[in-house]
Amino acid sequence: MAAQGTSLRQYALTRLALVIPMVLILLTMVFLLMRVAPGDPITASLGGRVPQEVVDEIKHNLGYDKPIYVQYGNYLGDIARGDFGTTITDRREVTDIIRVNGAATLELTFFAMIVAIVVGVVVGLFAGRFRDSSMDVGGRLFGIVIYATPVFFLGLLAQLFFGSYLGWLPTSDRASPITQATLETHTNIFTIDALIARDRDAFVDVVRHLILPAVTLGLVTAGIFIRLIRVNVIRTMKDDYIEAARARGVSERSVVYHHAFRNALVPVITIIGLTMALLLGGAVLTETTFNWPGLGHTLIVYLQNRDYAAVQGIIVVFALVVVAVSVIIDFVNAYLDPRIRY
Amino acid sequence: MAAPAQTEEFGRSGRRVLRPRLRRTVAPIAEARGMTRTMLWAGIAITLFFILVAFLAPVISPYEFDQFRADGRRFAQLEAPSADHLMGTTVQSTDVLSRVIWGTRTELEVVLVSLLLSLSIGVPLGLISGYFGGRLDRVLVLLMDAMLAFPFLLLAIVIAFLLSGSIGRGILTAAVAITVAYIPLYFRVIRNHVISIKEESYVEAARALGARPFTVIRKYVFFNVIQNVPPLATLNAADAILLLAALGFLGYGIQPTEAAEWGYDIQRAVSDTASGIWWTGVFPGLAIVLLVTGLTLLGEGLNETINPVLRKRPKVKVELPTSIAEAETP
Repeated sequence: MAAQGTSLRQYALTRLALVIPMVLILLTMVFLLMRVAPGDPITASLGGRVPQEVVDEIKHNLGYDKPIYVQYGNYLGDIARGDFGTTITDRREVTDIIRVNGAATLELTFFAMIVAIVVGVVVGLFAGRFRDSSMDVGGRLFGIVIYATPVFFLGLLAQLFFGSYLGWLPTSDRASPITQATLETHTNIFTIDALIARDRDAFVDVVRHLILPAVTLGLVTAGIFIRLIRVNVIRTMKDDYIEAARARGVSERSVVYHHAFRNALVPVITIIGLTMALLLGGAVLTETTFNWPGLGHTLIVYLQNRDYAAVQGIIVVFALVVVAVSVIIDFVNAYLDPRIRY
Repeated sequence: MAAPAQTEEFGRSGRRVLRPRLRRTVAPIAEARGMTRTMLWAGIAITLFFILVAFLAPVISPYEFDQFRADGRRFAQLEAPSADHLMGTTVQSTDVLSRVIWGTRTELEVVLVSLLLSLSIGVPLGLISGYFGGRLDRVLVLLMDAMLAFPFLLLAIVIAFLLSGSIGRGILTAAVAITVAYIPLYFRVIRNHVISIKEESYVEAARALGARPFTVIRKYVFFNVIQNVPPLATLNAADAILLLAALGFLGYGIQPTEAAEWGYDIQRAVSDTASGIWWTGVFPGLAIVLLVTGLTLLGEGLNETINPVLRKRPKVKVELPTSIAEAETP
């Protein structure tokens, strides 16, 4: 037992040490990408709108007139101190954007993930269990078609049907103007804020706004889950211990539920990790479709204004989130499966 | 019986070797049964249909993709589907059907260019990195892993955004933006496969005989590794179409004046939904779903026929030769 405890700790430390080069590469990639762009960022975002002296002053304040290696050093130093910069166009702290708009993205992706897991696991397990049955055909076809549907097209269909045809649900924003004006925001995650405020009307309003975006993003993500879980079940059902359990006279029901499904679901944690990058990408599209003021939507707005500082800051945040999630997933996996060690 | 077959297999003349090799490659497709077979053929049919539409666009499309008037008369704005405009018209009075047809061409062109680009960069890099290993391999793996970790839609948006300033927003920009997202994928698959194949005895034998590294790669490693590519490339083509549409939807795809693109059309249609106008968005959307479904079916079908873990063979009834059967029943 003691030896295993040590090795898990060792694994964790080694894995953490490997994060450093990964983060450094990602940060360098972002830095280089933003610098190879022709012209300097300040002129690009403010060009023609303010006098040259102002442009020069902003350039000086932001350090864009220094040599590139000094800029690189400052950039890394700032990020290490938790300073992601300030936007050029509206002088907003990127950390403030993360707090407000990041919370919106977190809320959306969290509920989308729940939808994806529930739909994906149920359909995937049964499609794999009854391979080549009509349930499998239906499940797989659903998986393929939903995967083939761009999230913004599914969103458009949802808006057409539930929004304008049936008129049941709102199709844009996080809450109605009244709720937005009255709700006190502590966490900026509106569902939690409404619960804290014990405001029933606000809660209902927030949830109604959340349903279409979360289900849309969740269903598209479920396509991936269905595919991977189905193949997993098929593979697990061929394993020796399934055969052994059958040979022992364990009922087929118990074989499937206790032996096959449980083991087929272990890799789901890894799948969640793999889907994270996809989910964040999907969030950009979903947020744009439903006018959801999250990080992705904000990024697109700043891209349109050619605000390089904002784009750089938000992209860095995305990169850090992806790395953090992959580390957490690896930890959970290592905790669950003692075979995973360096 | 076995002897002539063997000389044919290992014979020096190219044509004799080719036929069994071709048969071996195509055999799994012909042998595919059940759902795999249906998927494979449905995928082939849908994909061929779209390729045909793309080629025949000038013939079958009723109007140009940006045409908003004919016979000196402007088309009605946002007209519901009718005999004149089978899929209706957009807010700019363009014909939706024509835009869907011309869009097929754009979509396939971009995907083809991006596939060729990412294959021609990812595969050689994977081969070299996997075969030679060492420091270069470590650096490349780290770099590619970092790129793979990044949400590829964001990567594509940033690339398209940066390139749009210098080389404009044409097919090439979109293709390059998509390519960057897929290079790490091919690199990884090829590299990992090369590493396992490198240790096979036939590769070692070739090395022992004094074959130079590039000869070994070309003659022994390449053809074994490249088998993984068709299913992967097909699935990636499906993915690339979604990515291109996403770029178009976000306004970083192809310049609307240059070509019709489905994602851009859907973006324009989002504002139409509030007034219940469905035809401007639904038709380009369905085109995306159908084409991506076709490519996915094709890719999954290929995967299941080529990948031995998933392959299912038809059950053949065993008929014992009568002589043995008689001998067994005394």
